[in-house]
Amino acid sequence: MDSFQQIIFKLKQYWADRGCIIQEPYDNEVGAGTMCPETFLRVLGPKPYRVAYVQPSRRPADGRYGENPNRLYKHQQLQVILKPTPADVIEQYLGSLEAVGIDLKKHDIKFEEDNWESPTLGAWGIGWQVMLDGLEITQFTYFQQCGGIDLDLCPAELTYGLERLAAFLQNKESVYEIEWAPGFTYADVRFEDERQNSVYNFEMADIPTLWKLFDTHEGECQRLIDAFRGLAAEDAAGRARFPVLSTYDHVLKCSNLFNLLDARGAISVTERVGVIARVRKLAVGTAQLWMAQQAPVSPEVAA
Amino acid sequence: MPLDFLLEIGSEEIPDWMIEPALEHLKGAFTKLLADHKLKGGVAWVDATPRRLVVQLTGLPKGQKDSVETVSGPPKSAGEGAAMGFARKMGVTPEQLETVTTDKGEYFCFKRKLVGKPTGEILAAALPGLILGIPWPKNMYWLGKGTPRFIRPIRWMVALLGPKVVEFEVTGVKSGAATMGHRRLAKSKKPVKVSIKNYEQKLLENFVVVRAEARRRKIEAGIADLLAGTGLRVKPDAALADTLCYITEYPTPILGSFAESYLTLPAEVLVTVMRHHQKYFSVVREDGSLAPHFIAVMNTESDSEGFVRAGNERVLRARFNDARFFYDVDQKKPLAERVADLKHVTFQKDIGSYFDKVKRMETMLAGMDARRACELCKCDLTTDMVKEFTDLQGLVGGIYARAQGESEAVAQAIYEHYKPLSMEDSIPATLAGQQLALADKMDTLTECFRVGLIPTGSKDPFALRRAAQGAVKILVEGALETKLHELIASDALKTFFEDRVRYYFRDCKGYAYDEVNAAMACGWSDLKDLAARLEALKAVRPTEDFEPLAASFKRVKNILEQAAFTGGVIDAGQLTDEAERNLHAAMGALELSGLGYHEQLERIATLRPVLDQFFDKVLVNAPEPHVRQNRLALLHHLRSEFSRIADFSEIVTSSN
Repeated sequence: MDSFQQIIFKLKQYWADRGCIIQEPYDNEVGAGTMCPETFLRVLGPKPYRVAYVQPSRRPADGRYGENPNRLYKHQQLQVILKPTPADVIEQYLGSLEAVGIDLKKHDIKFEEDNWESPTLGAWGIGWQVMLDGLEITQFTYFQQCGGIDLDLCPAELTYGLERLAAFLQNKESVYEIEWAPGFTYADVRFEDERQNSVYNFEMADIPTLWKLFDTHEGECQRLIDAFRGLAAEDAAGRARFPVLSTYDHVLKCSNLFNLLDARGAISVTERVGVIARVRKLAVGTAQLWMAQQAPVSPEVAA
Repeated sequence: MPLDFLLEIGSEEIPDWMIEPALEHLKGAFTKLLADHKLKGGVAWVDATPRRLVVQLTGLPKGQKDSVETVSGPPKSAGEGAAMGFARKMGVTPEQLETVTTDKGEYFCFKRKLVGKPTGEILAAALPGLILGIPWPKNMYWLGKGTPRFIRPIRWMVALLGPKVVEFEVTGVKSGAATMGHRRLAKSKKPVKVSIKNYEQKLLENFVVVRAEARRRKIEAGIADLLAGTGLRVKPDAALADTLCYITEYPTPILGSFAESYLTLPAEVLVTVMRHHQKYFSVVREDGSLAPHFIAVMNTESDSEGFVRAGNERVLRARFNDARFFYDVDQKKPLAERVADLKHVTFQKDIGSYFDKVKRMETMLAGMDARRACELCKCDLTTDMVKEFTDLQGLVGGIYARAQGESEAVAQAIYEHYKPLSMEDSIPATLAGQQLALADKMDTLTECFRVGLIPTGSKDPFALRRAAQGAVKILVEGALETKLHELIASDALKTFFEDRVRYYFRDCKGYAYDEVNAAMACGWSDLKDLAARLEALKAVRPTEDFEPLAASFKRVKNILEQAAFTGGVIDAGQLTDEAERNLHAAMGALELSGLGYHEQLERIATLRPVLDQFFDKVLVNAPEPHVRQNRLALLHHLRSEFSRIADFSEIVTSSN
């Protein structure tokens, strides 16, 4: 039986063998691997790219104090981006399951329609949830739009839920029983993380402080977007060195703060739409900056 | 010898619910293609799996017949010069022109010979457009911005006309003679060469059942085998069976189990988890109670080592544990303590919260049970169970209310207050439930119309048509005394409801449109009464005298309208003609009070002979004004007295 880390090693090796750069997790809080710049920004524009990385993904509202065997505040995703999509992408994907020891002739695999959409990122795609013996193990998406921009190449995004996959492979009823490494369970490594963050997210996070942080990051992000837009048309050097990536970090901060406020019950249904629109505006603005920076001759940055 | 044509569009997994409409479209598109190109033959069959759309045509000729097309030119009178010009345009010499005589005179014309094209050539040219023309609810591109769109990437195509490949290319994929078997069970991962004749057989050998009906039978037979002798049966679910047919290429059902202890959770919750989240059939005992089993349908041949069963059972256990967790947490705060929480649940941003909605609904309700049910009916929206399983709204409220000691009448009313969910669904069974459901729907309609959320065309995001039809159905089938017009606050909503009432009686109840028009012309506020009038009208309509009588009423209406006559007193002494005296007498003798609608209509129908005689013998527009006035008054009286059940002039008869 492979340990959690062994499963990850095998998947990384499998995708490295298929031309993927193996990246390390992004060092900012994200709700999903999609939000990392390695996906959100790299899928934009005409440059081919292939990357795979494990991304710890935070969903404050899903926290259960470490008491629910299947729900986690922070779970690990293996994110694979294949840009452009190879014609045999599904066969390659199925091969990755075989690489971690699943004999697909003895299991039931189905592709069920599941289109992905992120209103905060202005992103959506078409795809499936991949069901293995009735368990959703992967979200498979053909990206169509990101940051409100139609994608030049159409990348495939594979997002593996690693805890689910490992619990399946190790035949565990609870993610906390997963063997992470020989002699160490998932609970040994992560239980405190789940419990303490649940306490903070649900009980102790200070709502006015979170709003203040949200406003601050939003302001800084918008200030940078405006600064880029204010660069003179002939200032190619100024555009080339402009900190678009730092701008995007503030989008991620806003997104995470939004999730925290949501988990804290601080956002009413009516407000929700408005706050999502604020984050989306920053995400779309940053995506446009990225495109403008990447373009050989800078096009007009939409106002 | 006529030829067959086989097309298989091989794609990545197509969403199950989109497949049948796509096949319908393909059938129509091919029929049109053949007709447009004057090719004999037709569509033999269409079918599909998640990975392939298949069409077979039959009876095709090798090619079109040669034909002659006559192009007409200038009139002969235009002379030589015009003929030269026309010939040049046709690319021929003037000697090759002919003349044709029409009713407008003699014209030059040219009879152009058209050489028929081979069928294969026609298909090759048309297929790319035909395939990409399939309308999908949501499609995608995969080769890059600006490239063609389809539901999912096309990966291969089989196109055979008889033994030959019809060559064309779509989205970079070239047509050929090779298909693909099942993703994992196929003998090889390589393409499988097929002919039209062995196509289905070859696929079956590679674990693909091409026909959806055959897959359905395979599922049914498999289930029958699994349950034989157990005393168990599946809860029938046609929509789920359809879905499973179209998410599998080689379906095989398996029987799984769960611990008896989960049966203490509400059956509705268990069934929803199994059906909506896991696509399992529920299994029931002979007495209809839920058994601790389920049927899952695999897309593979067998589960000889039990991995698939064990996996599905594990997933279901986790889901049931979640549901139990939600149930237990929800019970800590009874519905009655959640009323104020509804202030934070928005119904619609311009309309307000569910708390406001419930307060408005309460003012429409009188009975104790209905009012209590109303107070609690939306509280389940704040429960974890409904947040997780939104389809169970209402049901969860009813189940919780019962568990929390509310009366059976209150619990039942909450449970059913979203009913009817469709025109096929039943209305709530109890009076309190009907009143609550009606109040809910009327409030939604009134408020949405108030803030301008009025459905247009196919756009009806708040399902207001369904809400209005539901209200109509409750009023009619619950035989409620409530008058619809008293519930309607605006002209726009009244117009909207008029259409919904019409729709209900015509499309759901099967009344002819003119019967509905005739009955509604005499009022549609008391829907119970309208239903009774329609029933009587329909029963009397086939009788001998009815339609001629209706035709006469139409004539009466026209005469009164032309004369712009709005009423007057009949002076019996001024009725000069025998026929009009007879009519007057017959009208007076018609005793309708105390009779049911059916008998009233039968009696009214007996007026036919005297009315016929009246129109035969009597000139309404008599030269003497007072005679004319008197006759108009007689007809006006006839129309107003005997058109209370239905306006007969709305009935469409063969004579008008």
